[in-house]
Amino acid sequence: MDSTNENDRIEFDLILQAIYQKYGYDFRDYAKASIRRRLRNQLSKSNLKTISEMQHKLLNDKNFFDRLLLDLTINVTEMFRDPPFFKAIREIVLSELKKQPFIKVWHAGCSSGEEIYSTAILLKEYGVYESSLIYATDTNELVLDKAKAGIFPIEKMKDYTVNYRKAGGLASFADYYTARYDNAIMDNSLKKNIVFSNHNLVTDSVFGEMDLIMCRNVLIYFNRELQDRVFRLFRDSFHPDGFLCLGSKETVRFSSLSEDFENVIENEKIYRRIVSH
Amino acid sequence: MTQKLRNDYITKDNKYKVIVIGVSTGGLKAIKAILSVLPSEFALSIIIVMHRHKETDGYLERSLDGECKIHVKQADEKEEIKAGIVYVAPPNYHLLIEDNGTFSMSVEGHVNYARPSIDVVFESAAEVYGKELIGVILTGANKDGSRGLKKIKEAGGLAIVQTPETSEVAEMPRAAIAAVDPDYVLPLDELGLLLRKLESER
Repeated sequence: MDSTNENDRIEFDLILQAIYQKYGYDFRDYAKASIRRRLRNQLSKSNLKTISEMQHKLLNDKNFFDRLLLDLTINVTEMFRDPPFFKAIREIVLSELKKQPFIKVWHAGCSSGEEIYSTAILLKEYGVYESSLIYATDTNELVLDKAKAGIFPIEKMKDYTVNYRKAGGLASFADYYTARYDNAIMDNSLKKNIVFSNHNLVTDSVFGEMDLIMCRNVLIYFNRELQDRVFRLFRDSFHPDGFLCLGSKETVRFSSLSEDFENVIENEKIYRRIVSH
Repeated sequence: MTQKLRNDYITKDNKYKVIVIGVSTGGLKAIKAILSVLPSEFALSIIIVMHRHKETDGYLERSLDGECKIHVKQADEKEEIKAGIVYVAPPNYHLLIEDNGTFSMSVEGHVNYARPSIDVVFESAAEVYGKELIGVILTGANKDGSRGLKKIKEAGGLAIVQTPETSEVAEMPRAAIAAVDPDYVLPLDELGLLLRKLESER
């Protein structure tokens, strides 16, 4: 490794340390390649010349940090992303869970909420929404507010409708929102059993006895140690018969907790806890 | 233990360790032409980034694996990159390489209208592998990859481009040649043979 490259790495690590000490957001155990890429993008967007200049700026300028924070936490999501996954939730997972008197769902790292509303729609169509509670958590207040509002750009609805149908949706997707100007406002009946709260997977602890934990495309940004921490957290937050759902490229296979989970649906990252006897 | 065997025969003094190949939609033929001349026990790792539809289901990897001697698979998140294996970037994710030689992924916005983007993989590979990296740009209708190839060259790696005239779509090779002074510009049927020759360089 040449020395410029090495120095860059050291300076990026120092920035993450500075962010943690000053603002409490802990990116130190994030997968480095993507974090460095985003810091570099930010560097070239701003008029700053060096990484250490950026460190000075973020320590002394809260507004600059807030913008950086939005860039560091990826908030790209969509409704019914990976339709076959949601089809499996509808056809397999919910048919198991409906046997229970009450269903607790946790969307960990829910971002701006597109997937929460997708799940809410499934629960409703399965006739179990009234006996369900969805906990939606994220560490970023700004996206959490967006999720709470449930207002999405109208131009996305065409894609989402296609996704919804591919995921086995039979109703009219347009019945779930009201179009107003450029926005689609999600129906209030979908919102009433959703509880929004701030929770940080990196630093906070166990969260209730969940029947279904959805955490999709969140763990890809973590290094293996941090992934292990979160898998442990999920394992301990489960109802014994609960399901854990990950993004299509995420897996517990390379984790030290791989023995604690089994993949229960072929081709989908849907796991259950293995209870040892 | 076939994995083990593959790695056993690799000597430490190989000049290059990894090849990254960028190709856009419709580049399957070009990829096949290259991979089909490589032996099953190839000493380098190969990472392919191909622009493709977001809902393709792994057919590409299965078909290439079936037709080529070298093992082809889709890259997994946190998977360790090993010699003698061809990894294909999954659709709808950006692929990156960590310092410890494992893959990581991201769903952040499209880069050059693409996810996976060739630039993202090339730049991150250049940072990790430096002069042990070979970058190859093949046929494509986009400028994706030229920035990344430039970065590979700057980090001391080798830049190879398919001759635009032999490319089904010439825009991507042309853009790469304009951005970088490539070490090799070759027609498709010579690229695989070149990689075999570079494999044994010390």
